[in-house]
Parts: sequence; structure tokens; C-alpha cells
Amino acid sequence: MSEASAAQSPWQTARITRIEKRTPRVTSFFFKLSRPFTHQAGQHVDVRLTAPDGYQARRSYSIASAPESAGTIELAIEKLEDGEVSPFFHEVAAVGDEIELRGPLGGHFIWSASDGGPILLVGGGSGVVPLMAMVRHRTLRKSAAPVALVFSARVWDEVIFRDELIGLDDRRDGFDLVLTLTREPAQRASDYSRRIDAAMMVQATERLPKPPTLAFVCGSNAFVSAAAQALIDADVPAGLIRTERYGV
Amino acid sequence: MVTRGFSSGRHPPTDNDARIPPGQYLEQGFPVLSAGPTPRLRTEDWSFTLKHGPRPIKKWNWTEFNALPLTRMTRDIHCVTAWTKFDTAWQGVLVDDILADAGIAPPTAFTLALSFDGYTTNVPAKDLLDGRAMVALLYEGKPITPDHGGPARLLVPHLYFWKSAKWLNGLQFTERDEPGFWELRGYHIYGDPWREQRYTGDP
Repeated sequence: MSEASAAQSPWQTARITRIEKRTPRVTSFFFKLSRPFTHQAGQHVDVRLTAPDGYQARRSYSIASAPESAGTIELAIEKLEDGEVSPFFHEVAAVGDEIELRGPLGGHFIWSASDGGPILLVGGGSGVVPLMAMVRHRTLRKSAAPVALVFSARVWDEVIFRDELIGLDDRRDGFDLVLTLTREPAQRASDYSRRIDAAMMVQATERLPKPPTLAFVCGSNAFVSAAAQALIDADVPAGLIRTERYGV
Repeated sequence: MVTRGFSSGRHPPTDNDARIPPGQYLEQGFPVLSAGPTPRLRTEDWSFTLKHGPRPIKKWNWTEFNALPLTRMTRDIHCVTAWTKFDTAWQGVLVDDILADAGIAPPTAFTLALSFDGYTTNVPAKDLLDGRAMVALLYEGKPITPDHGGPARLLVPHLYFWKSAKWLNGLQFTERDEPGFWELRGYHIYGDPWREQRYTGDP
């Protein structure tokens, strides 16, 4: 079932129950839903803000929490300097505030433990957010599907969910984390310090026991273009690569 | 519901407001959205096929297609992800002119746009006719870049932009309104931005 029917996902109010700074530019907001839904890992919600004069601003945000986080969803929101919604969250929103949102939405960039693997996840910056939902879902479902996550960040302190991801990597249960920093030296022996390229994608797929059955790539447009091409150059068939892009 | 602490950044209202559908914001850039990798298509490998159901009616190669009448179209475009971009300038072949070259009138009331990467999207035939839609070949006077659907994309500017299929390689008349790629994955069957027909079940 991949249809996300809006008839089943009308606008609802959700209350902010927790705010947690993830990196200097990314903060997680936890929303308790007034109408609980179960999303699929990789899906997003639309968020709508309304000004007193009736003006509304709407943006889509990927859900970072696993489907198992019943009734509460986590959105990890990056502050965009010229934005109008992300600055509101970073500068104004407080625990207890009610926000309108709608979802879950999106029926392509999704993965379920029942889909199996191996799967290759490739994220750039806050593009890791929907991939994090997949990783968490895999863990909570005790899935044995082999998963490799290649996560590119500028610097170590901008690796969103860093401690949690390294903790999952340390379990050696079939989840493999590959970090690559584009503006700092690597901090772990198995990590990289360069932009994603085909050689890195070849090595990432070699960490999986078999070639991936699906690859998910999320990040800025420039990142996704480069990473998807690197995957194709690493002989991952284009038809197995799903992308989600944001930004210009 | 008024959001505590959120104020409109758009005072006083401008003439632009009437051009921006509900729930949209004005974008100066040109975001790229796609479900998969960007296909790199060479024009010498490109072709466009007009079909009625499974049956091909006529097929054009790049040279033949570019010999059809070219029309300019400057329009505002609206993406379901809530950005609107003003005055995008395209040149291409009107669907009217494609049908004229094939010597047919629309045989059915519905179409599916078909793309090289397997993407599909459905559009009622009447929404493609009378100068409302084209197969675009140029953007701002230059060949359309691969990320934006080059060498050729559909342009149906009065509907949400997922209807304007990238990497187009055909148009198929169908007996029924058959949901395409995103329509099967939760998006509205028609997609009128002015009625905010974003997702399945929206009025």
C-alpha cells in the first residue's frame, strides 16, 4: 500500500513536546499528533504556518522518527537564512506551541523492513533525515536487512544524529555507517574526507554482502546529482536509485 | 488557526499576490525535483512517439520534431512542493501542432505523458489543446538542461508542475483517465494549483 490519501491525512494540529538541538544549524522538533498516524520511513509532512492577516506559509519536512514512534514524530529542521518557515522554528517556536501539519505524504522515497535489502542510503547534510527514519525503523523492527549509509557532511560537528549513528554502527548487526567530511579530515579510520565519488560508492556497495536492491539518495540538488551519477558509475542500475532533492 | 508568533513577511499586499496560488511562495531560483537520477539523453538517440493505447500513430526523431512549428510560451509555473516561479520562458512545439502533423484529432479524452525514465503522468486531452501545452525544447532561449528535463519536456503550466513530465518521449491517448507515477503515490489525479489539488482526495 503506497497511496497516501489526503482524505486520510487532513490538516491537524500537533503540539511541540520537545526541542533538541542537533547541530549548529539543525534542530529537532518533536510533535505530538492530535490525530496519530503511522507513516512509512522516508515519508514527509507538510507544515503550515498562518499569520494573523491570513497569510500562510507551507513547507515539506521529512520525518526523522521511525514509524514505530507512534503518535509523535520528529522533524529535524535546518535553518535557512532566507527562509520564512525554518527561521520561525529556530527563533520563535517553543514547547507547547501548536502547529498545523498534514501527512504522511510521499509514496516513492520509502523503505519498509518488509522490503528487505541490501539497501544503500546516501545522504548529504539534512538529506540524512528521511534516511534516519529508515535506519531507526530497521533497528526497531530488528530487521536483518543489510544497510549501508554514506553520509556526507561538511564537518564533524554538522553530522546530524552523529552519536546515535555511531552507536548503531558499533552494534555490527548489518548496519554500516560511512561518514565523509568535505571540509575536515576524517575522524574514524573507515571514513573519508572528500566529496562522494564513484570509488567511494564502489567501496560502499562492497560493504554489503550482495549488490543493493535499492539505493536512496537525498540532499541538495547538486549533491543528489553528483551522488546519483557516482552510483551509476559504480554500476548501480539507474532504475534502482530513488532520489529526493531540496533546494535550488 | 493562527500560528503564535508567525507574521506575514509580505506587507503591504503587492500586485504579485494575485498571481500566486494559495499555499505557494515565490521562488527566484529553479528547484530540481525528480524521483530518480537524471537521464543523460543524446538528441541523436531521442524520439517522440504519439500513441493511441499501445498503437503508435506517428514517431519523430529529433531533427523531424524540431522541424515542426516552434511556439514561444512565457508562463508562471507552480510546483506542488509550494514554490511558484514567474515568467518562465519556453519554446517548443504545441501539442496542437503535433496532432496536426500527425493528421489526427484527439481520439480519446485522456492522455498519459511518457518519459524515457519510465515516469508517467495523466492529463486530460483538453488540457493539452488550444495552445495550453507544448513539448518544450528551449528554456530561456537555450536547450533545456538535463536536470530540468532536456532535451524535451512537457509543459502544462496551468497544472502543478509534476504534470509537466521531464525527458518526454511520448504521448499516449487512453480510453480512461489512468493515474500516472505520482498519481499512484498519493498525488491528485488532476492537480489544479488554484484549487490546491495537491494530494489524493483534495477537493
